[in-house]
Amino acid sequence: MLAYAFKRFIGALPTLFVLIALAFFMIRAAPGGPFDAERALPAEIEANLRAAYHLDEPLVQQFGRYLADLVRGDFGPSFQYKDYTVTELIMTGFPVSLRLGGLAMALAVVVGVAVGSLAALRQNSWIDHAVMSVSMTGISIPNFVMAPILILVFAILLGWLPAGGLGDGSPQNLVLPVISLALPQIAYISRLTRGSMIEVLRSNFVRTARAKGLSERTVIVRHALKPALLPVISYLGPTTAALVTGSVVIEQIFGVPGLGRYFVQGALNRDYTLVMGVIVFYGVLIVVFNLLVDLMYALLDPRVKY
Amino acid sequence: MKFPVAALSVLLLAGACGQQANPVGEAVDRPASETTLHRGNGVEPDSMDPHKGEGTSGANILRDLFDGLVGTAPDGGLEPGAAESWDISDDLMIYTFHLRPDGRWSNGDPVTAEDFVYGLRRSADPATLSEYSQVLAPILNAEEVIHGSLPPESLGVEAVDDQTLVIRLKGPTPYFLELLTHATTYPVHRTSVERYGNRFARPGNLISNGAYVLDEWVVQSHIRLVKNPYYHGADTVRIENVYYYSIENPSVELKRYRAGELDWTESVPHQQLDWIRENMPEELRIAPYFGSYYYGFNVTRPPFKDQTGLRRALTMVVRRDILTEKVTGAGELPAVTYVPPVTGYAAPLPEWATWSWEKRLEEARRLYEEAGYSEDNPLEIEIRYNTNENHRRIALALSAMWKQALGVRCRLLNEEFKVFLETRKSKAVTELFRAAWIGDYQDPFSFLEIMHSTHGQNDVGYANPLYDALIEGSMVETDPATRMQMLQDAERILLEDQPVVPLFFYVNRRVIKPWVKGWDDSLLDYHPTRHMYIDRPAAGR
Repeated sequence: MLAYAFKRFIGALPTLFVLIALAFFMIRAAPGGPFDAERALPAEIEANLRAAYHLDEPLVQQFGRYLADLVRGDFGPSFQYKDYTVTELIMTGFPVSLRLGGLAMALAVVVGVAVGSLAALRQNSWIDHAVMSVSMTGISIPNFVMAPILILVFAILLGWLPAGGLGDGSPQNLVLPVISLALPQIAYISRLTRGSMIEVLRSNFVRTARAKGLSERTVIVRHALKPALLPVISYLGPTTAALVTGSVVIEQIFGVPGLGRYFVQGALNRDYTLVMGVIVFYGVLIVVFNLLVDLMYALLDPRVKY
Repeated sequence: MKFPVAALSVLLLAGACGQQANPVGEAVDRPASETTLHRGNGVEPDSMDPHKGEGTSGANILRDLFDGLVGTAPDGGLEPGAAESWDISDDLMIYTFHLRPDGRWSNGDPVTAEDFVYGLRRSADPATLSEYSQVLAPILNAEEVIHGSLPPESLGVEAVDDQTLVIRLKGPTPYFLELLTHATTYPVHRTSVERYGNRFARPGNLISNGAYVLDEWVVQSHIRLVKNPYYHGADTVRIENVYYYSIENPSVELKRYRAGELDWTESVPHQQLDWIRENMPEELRIAPYFGSYYYGFNVTRPPFKDQTGLRRALTMVVRRDILTEKVTGAGELPAVTYVPPVTGYAAPLPEWATWSWEKRLEEARRLYEEAGYSEDNPLEIEIRYNTNENHRRIALALSAMWKQALGVRCRLLNEEFKVFLETRKSKAVTELFRAAWIGDYQDPFSFLEIMHSTHGQNDVGYANPLYDALIEGSMVETDPATRMQMLQDAERILLEDQPVVPLFFYVNRRVIKPWVKGWDDSLLDYHPTRHMYIDRPAAGR
């Protein structure tokens, strides 16, 4: 299995290279540069800055320089946040996003799977209909609507929870952002679980298990749940990668210092190194999580072997 | 899967049950602490290195951290800073500053004239990569140093002794003292800059000479400053801790303000102004801001090239009262001139500004027809602005006004900010575009210089030798009254040539908790924390 994982990672390198090359040339192709502002810089000062950041070199040479730095693990200095390197920015933002995203994902999986399974077991009952309509609502309401409503109710009207910021990192500050992040995922996962559970419950091996006289509980937990989770697991790979790298919407609304804002702000500021840094970081995470998904398959599905 | 479930439920429960201990609910009606101030501060500051930062959010914090030669009073006026007094030579070209003997860095080192020499040279040195070093331009040899043709040592600054600093200027610059409140001119602590290099502006490394010290910096969240015990005025500084929160979205900022997490906001959301007026009128503060919002004609290409009459016609028929009342609505001042109101300067009102609406309309139609346009052959123009809801609403209102008055057909075109800046600067495709300018110092020159034909900010492509001569003349004129007259004449010429459509002058708007005292309106929106204090009884609570 280790050899397989290694092979997969090597196989991902060309993908990462294409990603880096595309991102590098696309952000450079966008009009405007890191030093454009409402107040234009005098030409000499701009030329001096461009030279200092090697922006005056031919693009291909800059790309080569970037790759060489990247191989050494150096993402370069941020153009916008001049006191920090991109590596430092990612390393301070990532733990925050990881904590929020990880908690939200855990919450989403637990609640989503439980509720989805329940709905499948009571198919077409009122529970099923209630779960499905609530989750449809959950999917349809974007979190830039849900989050301000939660703040209005719990922070301003009731005063139970802070409206934003991480404070001293206490759990209170995490509750609203985690719930806002988790809600759409709960909705999605519960629908996925329900659909796949209904299918599994109709399959032959479940009928066999029941015919053997196993208790309903054993049938569900030991035999049906694992295969029913397979589509959820596939969904979790890229979604977890996305959640733990932060959500720009949630971070802005709750003032959370995570990674998500860098994707948008980096692009708007033409902070080339920062944009590249978060893209490469995200790309690597996607590769890793997809690999984890495939490895999980081997654990959950006896037919899959590496 | 068991562990995360347990951990999560514990966390969530802790959050939900912690409410009794949570002061947030009550904090709305009283300050969280008598000595801690929480300020919303807009976007994340780009640097705490005074010579590298360039945005207003960073400048707000740097003003608390550092003490320039000249300081800022609560109302934005000047007061002694690190220099307790200064002498100015008769030709206004040599400034001698007498530093206060009790000036100290936050590690206890004395602040000397040599620190200012080092700071100013470093700020001008191209190797520092300052984006704002142009502020130093009035200093002798500064431009040559900034452009790399002279070494930093040749900058016109000299430490005569520990307490005496001499700055030589290139020309008389009446606003020079005000420039010295700008972060670009702050001193820096030499040994820590040399020791930490690019990392010197970090908590723990940054040694500053102002009322506060950088204590904590959580990027994208907040910066915390604590009082500097070595500051020469430390016994008058009453706020011990200042938090500056990076909150770029004003709606989010307002929510946190309402939840009691902020005492002071950077802005208020435009859409919620009416709600604020109704629900917290005493906390809303609107004050003039030294900024001008205008539209620029690209005068280097058709349809506006050599069409002063046409440009005048469009300028005359804008109903600025409607624009400021119905569209912007925060108390902005309608503008028919380009430079915002500022003490000591009389704006040259154009003649048409005093006319009745009917007369204006009649004259505008005449000019419009003279330019060759009519109902059957209407002028078709493109209005370009950067993507933003407020800019869009203004563009819509203007296009409706022009259509109604003259039958002009406008096409609205929005671009992402940096794209917009580039197209505007290139002058290759623009016709009529949104523009704005905020003054760096309280002098009309700050606005008028950018319309000089060689200025890098002259995106309208305006070039009039008469105008240029007046601007250049004002730079060497020593008599203040004559100088102001020259600037006024320059603006009059500008308004006659009409490369711009003045629209309105900016205001600042923010909400401030009633217990925050010691501040005043300030035209440049400078509000140093060291003057502020929290007075709970005065807030009536």
